[in-house]
Amino acid sequence: MDITRRAFIKTAAAQSAVAAAAVLFPGISFGAWKNLDTSSGGIEWKKAPCRFCGTGCGLLVGVSLDRAVAVKGDPNCSVNKGLCCVKGYHSIQILYGNDRYRKALVRKNGELVETPIQEALDLVAEKMKETIKDHGKDAVSIYGSGQWSIPDGYAASKLFKGCIGTNNVEANARLCMASAVTGFMTSFGLDEPMGCYDDIDHADVFVTWGNNMAEMHPVLFSRMLANRKTKTHVKIIDFATRTTRTSQAADKSIIFSPQTDLAVANAICHEIIRNKWVNEDFVEKHVSFRKGKTNIGYGTEDHFKFTDKEETADFREYKAFLQDYTPEKVEKISGVPAKDIKYMAALYGDPDKKVTSFWCMGMNQHTRGTWINNLVYNIHLLVGKISTPGNSPFSLTGQPSACGTVREVGTLTHKLPHGVVANETARKLAAEIWQVPVENIDPKPSYHTVEMFRALDRGDIRFMWIQVTNPMVTMPNLKRYRKGAQKQGRFIVLSEIYPTPTSDIADVILPSALWVEREGFFGNSERRTQHNEQMVPPPGDAMCNTWQLIEVARRLGYEKQFPWIREAYIEDIWNEYIQFHDNPKHRMASYKELKARSGVQWPFVDGMETKWRFNPEYDPAAKGDGFDFYGKPDHKARIWIRPYEPAAEFPDNEYPLWLNTGRILEHWHTGSMTRRVPILHKSAPASYVEINPDDAGALGVTNGSRVKVSSRRGSVVMTASINGRGLPPKGMVFVPFFDENHLINEVTLDAFCPISKQPDYKKCAVRLERA
Amino acid sequence: MPVFSYLAYPVQGAKEELFNDLSALDYCEAMQAENKEVLILVTDTPDEKTEKALQKQLKTLKSLQSLGMTFGHTDQ
Ligand code: SF4
Repeated sequence: MDITRRAFIKTAAAQSAVAAAAVLFPGISFGAWKNLDTSSGGIEWKKAPCRFCGTGCGLLVGVSLDRAVAVKGDPNCSVNKGLCCVKGYHSIQILYGNDRYRKALVRKNGELVETPIQEALDLVAEKMKETIKDHGKDAVSIYGSGQWSIPDGYAASKLFKGCIGTNNVEANARLCMASAVTGFMTSFGLDEPMGCYDDIDHADVFVTWGNNMAEMHPVLFSRMLANRKTKTHVKIIDFATRTTRTSQAADKSIIFSPQTDLAVANAICHEIIRNKWVNEDFVEKHVSFRKGKTNIGYGTEDHFKFTDKEETADFREYKAFLQDYTPEKVEKISGVPAKDIKYMAALYGDPDKKVTSFWCMGMNQHTRGTWINNLVYNIHLLVGKISTPGNSPFSLTGQPSACGTVREVGTLTHKLPHGVVANETARKLAAEIWQVPVENIDPKPSYHTVEMFRALDRGDIRFMWIQVTNPMVTMPNLKRYRKGAQKQGRFIVLSEIYPTPTSDIADVILPSALWVEREGFFGNSERRTQHNEQMVPPPGDAMCNTWQLIEVARRLGYEKQFPWIREAYIEDIWNEYIQFHDNPKHRMASYKELKARSGVQWPFVDGMETKWRFNPEYDPAAKGDGFDFYGKPDHKARIWIRPYEPAAEFPDNEYPLWLNTGRILEHWHTGSMTRRVPILHKSAPASYVEINPDDAGALGVTNGSRVKVSSRRGSVVMTASINGRGLPPKGMVFVPFFDENHLINEVTLDAFCPISKQPDYKKCAVRLERA
Repeated sequence: MPVFSYLAYPVQGAKEELFNDLSALDYCEAMQAENKEVLILVTDTPDEKTEKALQKQLKTLKSLQSLGMTFGHTDQ
């Protein structure tokens, strides 16, 4: 690189930092800073949401000669205010791995053979027709992703639900967000958080519930630290099952025994009531009480069915129920000292403190995921700390468009872009917008993700199209589902950018355009929709996933429903899609607006974004002068009576340790992109098992030794990490899942929350041996 | 040849010390905010090996509480 260009890059780097500082610290001044002219340098900066996590940072991507060459945080994006994390900054390198799929591949005699893409698309359509003819419409399926751009998910839903008439549409967000959705629906009747990231600037107390934000949502965590830096009274409490980088930065770290967050949440409510910290007026006006079934099972058997039965309860019944959850009783179950439970209750109960609770997979990947979401809402509802700046129960999302594509477009078996398949009005609206007969849309949901892969194994499903996800690394109890997918008579299509273990089960691989190689939209955790234009060309024959779906839909005879042209299809799809949400509770910004701005939050009404829902001061759909939980017919939020119930599997003599799995800062999910970025790969080249020093000592294992982690389902041999970046308590091990060479999901259990059907990746029983 | 920029947060009361520590490191340019407890750090390393070594060095600085990235560029 020549000197001038390098000097330009360095100036741009310094400028980015100054811009970020100016947003985070209003009035900041850097005397030494000279605002040099950086308009030269041959780089054009264009906005895009980050490709990785659900934080949804706004990036500016520097493009030079059809190549993305640099990234900076977008200071105009209120999400990150110019900041970014290590993944965001290396995101452009994911475009340029040497082994990118550039051509379509078709399996012939066991080998994947390069094939012209149009021929591969012909084969996909033929196989779909053949499968439907031989086995019925419910034998074909699509499995997508919270990393799908919104038009991808929309086209998939329209093709499968509207045209083909099967509800076999699922997405990997089932594995990360489904309990959040059922939590919102049962407590408020509407999905997605009521608050926004501005809560971080207003809160006095943050409680992270099983949420290692320092690694999983690092930019939001940086904003929390910046808030604490400017206001000395701000406190961060990390409530988790293991010590992480978040615990280290927190003011207090409280460790609980797996699954017992249910009991602790109830104990916090017990204390709030006992100390008369309840906001009586709020509860009286805005809350009603409910109870549901108990002993609800774990879904480990095929064809498991569960439907909750909602019953009305009252405050007296709720108080009586909480008698089993005194801090002293709960200390015995959870291992959390009663004084710490009382301390947390006092923070939530203090009328002068604004409290924000954050959670993500720790609460959602839980066999009682819906319940624990309900129980944390209970705390906020009891004290009326909700829907106002800084008072926020905030369910963070993991993937960049789990909200935008999966939850809002409704790419789950029971959902439509507006409402559910079981609802006739919702089906009629979809049929009208999609221009299909209403009878096409099946009123019965079919398979949720785990059951969909079981159906593939059983042969009830014969054709699966997988886009933008890597289930042969991420499915729990993986061996069963890999064997199932490899059985005779199954046909798997994979739209991908790099080879992954899922490629091994594919019969056709379609090369996909990635991120800024195509136009699209993501929707982040705070109801923010973000647009990116196509900035650089995709390699070889790589094609946008939406366009792949359109090509196949036309081959299946649905030209009328998929009439769009290459030059404008993303805009046209957006215009069609937003008709589903054209009401004050969910109105979305226009294409023009989204192109111009660094993201827009919905409901977007009369040119105004809604930062806090259900509060008439901020939300045009809310009526009256207090709060209006308009998602429920009586306009009241629900406090749910939900007990503590144990995990599906827990340590015993044979398998004496808990296994917890998760992510790390440097790698995105299964690492298929970030492991191809040299600096990220070198920072964390292989997965490992974190062991408590006492357990390691008892086993004679030292840091770096090889150990075998086994469960009733499988085993994996890996390196021991003792006192590394995370520290599990005695009796627990932790393994990150990013490494396809160490498939920890061969060990995990496919138990799930019976309400949300989201698997629990955080708890099963294992044993360790020296390898 | 990676170039990065960061907001560097000092531990309580150690802004000046952090400025000196960062300025003393190879491949680093630091700039202090006049009126807030934060600095800007721009790093410019010749290759990934040096970049990794620098990252390690940064982690050992006692005056540094945390870094928030704001820009990234690599010549790949
Ligand atoms: S915090 Fe998430 S969205 Fe922001 S830069 Fe990092 S990975 Fe991207």
